[in-house]
Amino acid sequence: MAKRIDVSGLSAFYGGTKAIEDISMTVEPRSVTAFIGPSGCGKSTFLRTLNRMHEVIPGARVEGKVMLDDENLYGSNVDPVAVRRSVGMVFQRPNPFPTMSIYDNVVAGLKLAGVKKKSVLDGVVEKSLQGANLWNEVKDRLNKPGAGLSGGQQQRLCIARAIAVEPQVLLMDEPCSALDPISTLAIEDLIGELKSQYTIVIVTHNMQQAARVSDRTAFFNLAGVGQPGKLIELDDTQRIFSNPSVQATEDYISGRFG
Amino acid sequence: MSATTTAPAAPLLRGDLTSGRLPRWAPIGVAVLSIALGCAIGAGAGLASHIQWGLIAAGLFLALSYALAVKVEGRRQAKDRFATSVIWVAFILAVVPLGALTFYTVQQGIGAINGDFLTHSMKGVVASTTAGGGIYHAIIGTLEQVALATLMAAPIGLLTAVYLVEYGRGRLAQAVTFFVDVMTGVPSIVAGLFVFSLWTMLKQGYSGFSGSVALAILMIPVVVRSAEEMLKLVPNELREASYALGVPKWKTIVRIVIPTAIGGITTGVMLAVARITGETAPVLMLVFGSDVINNDPFNDPQQSLPLYIWQQYTVVNNEYGYARAWGAALVLIAFVMGLNLVARGIARWRSPKAGH
Repeated sequence: MAKRIDVSGLSAFYGGTKAIEDISMTVEPRSVTAFIGPSGCGKSTFLRTLNRMHEVIPGARVEGKVMLDDENLYGSNVDPVAVRRSVGMVFQRPNPFPTMSIYDNVVAGLKLAGVKKKSVLDGVVEKSLQGANLWNEVKDRLNKPGAGLSGGQQQRLCIARAIAVEPQVLLMDEPCSALDPISTLAIEDLIGELKSQYTIVIVTHNMQQAARVSDRTAFFNLAGVGQPGKLIELDDTQRIFSNPSVQATEDYISGRFG
Repeated sequence: MSATTTAPAAPLLRGDLTSGRLPRWAPIGVAVLSIALGCAIGAGAGLASHIQWGLIAAGLFLALSYALAVKVEGRRQAKDRFATSVIWVAFILAVVPLGALTFYTVQQGIGAINGDFLTHSMKGVVASTTAGGGIYHAIIGTLEQVALATLMAAPIGLLTAVYLVEYGRGRLAQAVTFFVDVMTGVPSIVAGLFVFSLWTMLKQGYSGFSGSVALAILMIPVVVRSAEEMLKLVPNELREASYALGVPKWKTIVRIVIPTAIGGITTGVMLAVARITGETAPVLMLVFGSDVINNDPFNDPQQSLPLYIWQQYTVVNNEYGYARAWGAALVLIAFVMGLNLVARGIARWRSPKAGH
């Protein structure tokens, strides 16, 4: 069910400000693609254009094409709600729904879409929590509030919630930046397992993390403050980290700037 | 010879790490001393008003705590003590009238309250010459009018708040916000006059419902404002998390945003209810008042508690009337207080839990 993403000529705006300019790239199915680059270069903005979350912000708009296999996400009669069902997202800060139990958090997407059958939901809860490596820790307290878990557990709960609706692509916006090293390791292991089923795109500030988890890495940069961010280079992770073809990439990776 | 060869100037900030400390009981001691002195000065100067005694004591308390702290602890700590003392005095000044009001109402009203008083109307009671009679009809009236007003105002107010927070952009939202602010300041008598003229045009008579409409007009801006603040407190991350699961916006609002804020929204509605429960002017104008039980809020005059109090005080205007007025006032205060407790309970029960 994993799908390929093909982006061509994509620019995104906040009101009159151009945040990213003319990005074209391909994200391979069943692989992990990492986005790296200095703050403000538009990694997260670009990620959010991939499931039409960008336009949720008032005044934000997008130009260009994002093809999910052979469908243009920005086609004229495409429903953004349907897009988000096939392209899931995990955010920087864990954000379980505070009014819901662990169980309800996991099936929130299904329940709110009208799935009511208890046996189906029970199965999804176990499968998703297993998939997120959280089942053993919470199976005895599924009815406790999700907000009572630790930060790392909450983030895995959010991943379980995202995969419970069985998306084709999973976007992760710095999923480990609010977590300690042990929780980070757990999430990274999880990403490694999930890529057998999903197309995963992950934004990260941690270059070791990009090197550890991703198959391909994209480096974004901006020419200066107030300038739109651009895609500098996209290549196999190994190549990016050992022998990048653009000087700026090498400078960034070796810590000479950013 | 030059300045550079003289000993270095004393540091700008003094380096002492220790200073005198007042004992823990010092503030209380100063307070007791000030009260004693205040009473002594008041009595000595022959001031009749005890409020003046209290104000003298408060002034003394501020001055004494500052002076004592300057002497023992130094200037910076004295300022801290002074600010703390001002806060305490302000707190007591704010609480004294509240406590006195509650105490006096209970003291005056408790004697009037008994089973008969709560279960009978004023039907057949010659109010000005005999004791007896009750407030049953007024309780019924207040409950029905307030319930109807809440049924009208709470949904309108909540939906307006949802519009302002989730959808409102540009001119229309600004205009709505502006008019809600203006409505907050509308005097209750004006709301009453508005509904009165409307009802006259529609050729309708007095009824509890017309009063509810006026009360709803007073209630809506309060509900909008409090619900708006509560909805704004819901983190945007929750909305985005919901959108990212492919949940449509309206469902996100109904199932995620409102449930997260429901505790605060309920509290806001209850406070608005408490505010309109005590309204007299529009009720006088539109509900008119009655001595008999009228369970039908849509036809004929009804009674209500604040109106009953006013009538017993001004129309009956003797000891029997005063006793009934105090009794009704106590019931009214108890009702409002009960509502607030219920609101707090709901807020605690419904609010998101950390839970371990």
